[in-house]
Amino acid sequence: MAEVLKRAKPLTVNPLKASQPIGAALAFLGMRRAIPMLHGSQGCTAFGKVFLVRHFREPIPLQTTAMDQVSSIMSADENVIEGLRVLCEKNSPELIGLPTTGLSETQGCDVQRLVREFRARHPEFSATAVVPVNTPDYSGCLESGFALAVEAIIDTLVPDSAGRCLAGRRPRQVNVLASSMLTPGDIEAIKAWIEAFGLQPLVLPDIGDSLDGHLVDQDTSPLTLGGTSTGDLATLGEAAATLVIGRSLQRAADLLKTRSGVPDYRFDHLLGLDAGDAFTLALAEISGQPVPASVDRQRAQLQDAMVDTHFMTGFLRVAIAGDPDLLLALGQFLHGVGAEIVAAVAAARSEVLAELPAASVRIGDLEDLEREARAHRAQLMVANSHAVPSAERLQLPLLRAGFPQYDWVGGYARTWVGYRGARQALFDVANLFLGNHHDTPVHRSIYRVGSESGPPHQAPPGAGLVGQ
Amino acid sequence: MKTAEITELLNEPACTHNRTEKSGCARTRPGATAGGCSFDGAQIALLPIADVAHIVHGPIACAGASWDNRGARSSGPTLYRIGMTTDLTEQDVIMGRGEKRLFLAIKQAIDDYAPKAVFVYATCVPALIGDDLEAVARAASERWGVPVVPVDCAGFYGTKNLGNRIAGEAMFKYVIGRREPEPLPAAALRPGIRVHDVNLIGEYNIAGEFWYVAPLFDELGLRILCTLSGDARFHEVQTMHRAQASMVVCAKALLNVARKLEADFGVPFFEGSFYGVSDTSQAFRDFARLLGDADLAARTEAMITREEARIRAALEPWRARLAGKRVLLYTGGVKSWSVVSALQDLGMTVVATGTNKSTEEDKARIRELMGDATRMITDGSPKALLQACKDYRADILIAGGRNLYTALKARIPFLDINQEREFGYAGYDGMLELVRQLALTLESPVWRKVRAPAPWAAQQAADETPPVRGGSDG
Repeated sequence: MAEVLKRAKPLTVNPLKASQPIGAALAFLGMRRAIPMLHGSQGCTAFGKVFLVRHFREPIPLQTTAMDQVSSIMSADENVIEGLRVLCEKNSPELIGLPTTGLSETQGCDVQRLVREFRARHPEFSATAVVPVNTPDYSGCLESGFALAVEAIIDTLVPDSAGRCLAGRRPRQVNVLASSMLTPGDIEAIKAWIEAFGLQPLVLPDIGDSLDGHLVDQDTSPLTLGGTSTGDLATLGEAAATLVIGRSLQRAADLLKTRSGVPDYRFDHLLGLDAGDAFTLALAEISGQPVPASVDRQRAQLQDAMVDTHFMTGFLRVAIAGDPDLLLALGQFLHGVGAEIVAAVAAARSEVLAELPAASVRIGDLEDLEREARAHRAQLMVANSHAVPSAERLQLPLLRAGFPQYDWVGGYARTWVGYRGARQALFDVANLFLGNHHDTPVHRSIYRVGSESGPPHQAPPGAGLVGQ
Repeated sequence: MKTAEITELLNEPACTHNRTEKSGCARTRPGATAGGCSFDGAQIALLPIADVAHIVHGPIACAGASWDNRGARSSGPTLYRIGMTTDLTEQDVIMGRGEKRLFLAIKQAIDDYAPKAVFVYATCVPALIGDDLEAVARAASERWGVPVVPVDCAGFYGTKNLGNRIAGEAMFKYVIGRREPEPLPAAALRPGIRVHDVNLIGEYNIAGEFWYVAPLFDELGLRILCTLSGDARFHEVQTMHRAQASMVVCAKALLNVARKLEADFGVPFFEGSFYGVSDTSQAFRDFARLLGDADLAARTEAMITREEARIRAALEPWRARLAGKRVLLYTGGVKSWSVVSALQDLGMTVVATGTNKSTEEDKARIRELMGDATRMITDGSPKALLQACKDYRADILIAGGRNLYTALKARIPFLDINQEREFGYAGYDGMLELVRQLALTLESPVWRKVRAPAPWAAQQAADETPPVRGGSDG
């Protein structure tokens, strides 16, 4: 539906995009007792760490192969082997993720070969899984880096069991491949949704378990404290079904299906009534159970909210920016309640962009978003925290979505998916609109007498969730 | 950048690290390295220059994860907060189109944002493929008539600290000495007060904290020609060579600028800090001393007497609440002793301090302040820090943002004193914010609630085996 406009300027201004290595690191952070190590200079890791720490407000395990001038030019192969050895020796992780960066890719390293070499030279660390993945930051965005890492996890750790007809051996188990658009709050809601049908979810990667932010007895850990266990990956092939959420995981899903022979159900997102219904139907089909009354009730609550808020969401001119999966989710959800997507900017290319319910979508930055939002008189902006100055300049309310959300507490915990999540999103959108509502300009008749003067009192724009 | 040039920067002669055994600039270890790269350091040092377009030349990771996340404030232009990057694509890298993109990117920045100058930061990938930043900058500058300053700071050159120095070097090579200061505004002249021009180097106006101190400079007749780089403007940096004295604020990072200003232009400098009452006073005394103006010295003493009395009175109610509290301080280098004296001013006990990046001189100063029994911590890993908190029965951890969640996860009160913080602590009035933040976290009612087990846990513990707090393994 939408025309996809390519990047048309040499300089990116106010970047929307976060890099592939950060996305890959995030995926590995959804694994249990894991630590990602970026193959690059120490800055690649330091920046990535700050980015994730500020978003999740959690300590983030992330290491670096620390390429310096000599190793960048001569060879950094030893850095990889040494880094893996040091991590294994110090922390005995269950898994080490090894994403590359623009630096190591430009140098031309073969990270898969290096892992094989590490295995040969250090058989004593065989208990630690090592997953290499090529994620240069000169391609893609956070979402694609995340997807590549999920694919690499499957490729490295899921045994080929398709020929052995194991699918369904665990009839209650449902695999979930979760894309980077899902927050820890989303993952929790998805698990509860699945469990409501008497099924057992196995989420890959499970940032809902590792990055949900909870205090534990243990004071500190150099590794992730929760997430998908590497051991559980062997059971993926025995599940009744796989639920894939997010088109970015297409290739990962294809691979898992080939490897495991488990039938899958694919969803672009779980935002809004239609998407929620599709997911609910699939769960009913897989479990052979009727839809629980509690789910029906939540659905009815969402419908009630849709009716209540349609005065505010109808014809609402919205400007949205994000990674492709999230963009499609937000676009279809808002369009589905009568809003108009008047400006849409994606961080990187993806096949889903053409399906966005908008006239066009640009691959670009937040400067593009600001210009288009201004040109099309947007009334609401939906984007990450970096859009706050843009929203302020345009005097628009901002609904924060995507990465990073550093000026906002709890963005990581927000639930967007499901009937409940959609209902809250509608409430928030409606409240933002009400808080920024512009009254008709006052007219004082020339014939009216009295001593009143001066402009009428105006509420400052930006109550409720408006960016400060 | 050539290896020889990097070595020269690392061997900064004014840095006391380099007088004795090298400890501050050790090589990085794969799998066991923390901290930013040279690009990070260079960008931090220069980004607060507010009317400049700062372009990061590289693929997205460098700018994408770092733009607009520092706390430096500007009193005027906000151009420095606009994130700009060439966002190199795979095609750019493979086909060698980086230079051309950069050239056009500079034009776009000039056309759209009318900057006073453009700073271009090199990152790893263009450095590796051999983009000639200097040539592009020169060509762009000639073509469009706006100064374009190349900062050759690829991340793999080394640490953040090296990046700071590269930034200083770039300022010295391309910017400083290119303009004469504006004449003093007539309206600002006051009878009997001779105005002196000074520089502040390595002060970043984090959370606007320098504005606590700036009015006192005005009062004394000290014109700040330039702050490198908090709330600075490009034309101010150009005039730094005309100052009569420089103060290197609380960091060794830009020492090379101060040293070269002294060597080439005869601008004397001293190192000081605006953290704590006594250090703030000392900084003003040092200016008066270097400037050799007896009248200024007298007025400075009067100002100090007045300000100290005022602030001590204002701090008095807080003192009772904070006195005796035990602090574990973990910061890099010079800041340690500077903050130690600030905390001691408040009657707090600093039980241990990190000296990872401190020089022998810093350590001697800490010993002088805290006595010989002082514990100095060198291992800054989360585990070691928490153990130290336990061993020394610290009530609060004061450290950089990196350790914020380390402390919170362990249910320990925390104060952030590094770049990303939200509050300013500089000068006399900054102390009021500091005590407020200290009391806020120390006295918070949440600690008791999060440290106590759930009501049913006690019951269950009685039934089963007692749960172990702070177990060593997960």
